[in-house]
Amino acid sequence: MRNQIKRPSLMTLIFALFGAAIVVFLVAPIIKMIFTGSQQGLAEVLSSSDVRNAIALTMVCALLATVIGMVLGVPLAYLLARRTFFGKQFVEAVVDVPVVIPHPVVGIALLLVFGRNSFGGQLFNRLGVTIVGDIPGIVLAMLFVSVSLLINAGRDGFQRVDSRLEGVSRTLGYGSFRTFLRVSLPLSWRALLSGAIMMWARAISEFGSIVIVTYNPKVASVLIYDRFTSYGLSYALPVAVVLVLICMLGFALLRGINARGDQLKAL
Amino acid sequence: MIRLVDVSFRVGTFELQSINLEVQSGEYFAILGPTGAGKTKLLEIIAGIESPASGEVWIDDQNVTALPPERRRVGFMYQDYLLFPHLTVRKNIMFGLHDKTRSEKARRVDEISQLLGIQHLLTRRVSGLSGGEQQRIALARALAPQPRALLLDEPLSALDPKNRASVRTELTSLQKRLGTTTIHVTHDFEEALVVAERVAIINKGEIVQLGSTEEVINRPNSAFVADFFGSENLFKGEIARRDAATGSEDVAYNAVFKTASLQLTVIAERDGTAYAMIRPEDIIVSTEVVHSSATNNLKGRIVKVEAAGPLVRLTADVGVRLVALLTKQSLASLKLDTESEAYFSIKAAAIHIF
Repeated sequence: MRNQIKRPSLMTLIFALFGAAIVVFLVAPIIKMIFTGSQQGLAEVLSSSDVRNAIALTMVCALLATVIGMVLGVPLAYLLARRTFFGKQFVEAVVDVPVVIPHPVVGIALLLVFGRNSFGGQLFNRLGVTIVGDIPGIVLAMLFVSVSLLINAGRDGFQRVDSRLEGVSRTLGYGSFRTFLRVSLPLSWRALLSGAIMMWARAISEFGSIVIVTYNPKVASVLIYDRFTSYGLSYALPVAVVLVLICMLGFALLRGINARGDQLKAL
Repeated sequence: MIRLVDVSFRVGTFELQSINLEVQSGEYFAILGPTGAGKTKLLEIIAGIESPASGEVWIDDQNVTALPPERRRVGFMYQDYLLFPHLTVRKNIMFGLHDKTRSEKARRVDEISQLLGIQHLLTRRVSGLSGGEQQRIALARALAPQPRALLLDEPLSALDPKNRASVRTELTSLQKRLGTTTIHVTHDFEEALVVAERVAIINKGEIVQLGSTEEVINRPNSAFVADFFGSENLFKGEIARRDAATGSEDVAYNAVFKTASLQLTVIAERDGTAYAMIRPEDIIVSTEVVHSSATNNLKGRIVKVEAAGPLVRLTADVGVRLVALLTKQSLASLKLDTESEAYFSIKAAAIHIF
């Protein structure tokens, strides 16, 4: 029977056909864009200080949002993974809220809280920080729409660590915080890192809320939108291509980390 | 010393009910019970990983009920060992030595790994070690900080059955040498009897009997305890190998098992304190001495005859209480009843020694 090639069933063929359609639908626009874009003005784009500034601003703001997300979100992720407390389900629901709110609505909500005449805006103003219409606004909008990715990834990562390992660490003389640093964190860093990259990539791609909170200085997505509405497709396209390439790079990094993690697990 | 006073614990439908227990300094104590009886929870409460709903935990005259685990100085080993997968073997063993100087750490790791014969593993990563190796490393890690007590949760159950007996012996001799107060939790009555001097039998969150191993096998205080030991014919005694006693070269039946009122020819590979177990269906009952391959012929008086399904259960006094099973037809043809005298034959190979 060795030479007989097993033929796929009719069902497999039909499912593969449907699957191929959706994969092509996802990939085709991006590939088409990259090849169209690269023939036009890529060099112009990269030499334009507008574009370079927008891309640098996007990267830095996304990084800042991710760092804030790590500092505030990782402890929450740990609590959600390990402790039971009153209102835990409510907190878990709240973490997922940004996923279901339309992003312009997020922008408007942030305006209400941090706008010039609001309590939050005045509080930060007194500290010399302007939020709306400035860089902090970008960071906050990015944080709002992307931090749930990090928190959920972190929570799943901590949950995969056997809690009895923490118990053993405690019996060996480490308090709960040192146990967190010496056992829980090193055993879930891969989940946290991939959560952070996801958060970062999501922050880079944010547009809807940022365009409302801070139009200027322009992040890359706002710049693309601005060029598209003011000058048309051919001006917007090269910037879009650069942004897509950067996002893909982050995504490839993420896949690499996860694949290596699976390999280690198999050992 | 470890003392539990009225310890209760509750999670979901599971409950530990007012557990009272005292383990002496240097003692090797066993907690025996079926899966789900609450044995692991009890250990976790002693270690401080879980807090009891009420009651007190004392270690060496210190009430530790409110102390977190890191301040109790109790070593804990789970049945699946739970080595830290991100650390090397050496770092695992060193984990509990964080308050020591560098040279003290090195000396202690050397000492303990030599004791357990794992020096050659120190630089290895944890993945890919055998069960036995992992067990030794987990033991070394728990013992390195010189804990006041050692808690072992089913320490042998993850091992290959072939290695279990030898590791069991090693564990007890290691404990004797170090003198660390030890609580060993198991569902295997053989294991409990062999390792410990005293044992607590726990069922559904309650201690049903606590006493010396002899007490619990000779005087089980409930049907549960009796059933748990699986055999009515379980005796504790001494083994003397016959070749040592008489110089005989006979290797097939080479040992004598002795209690105060019973002597049996058995097959055994070691001397000293041991248990003998005889399944009731392996005992041949007759009215006169039969010449057969059975080497043990005991004479006794029948004290009880009970129906047991299609079989009959005879309880006889042969110096000790002996229970035999036979068919109704055999009983009728032998014309046996209570107060009759009878002979009981047991092959040496049918006596399980452990």
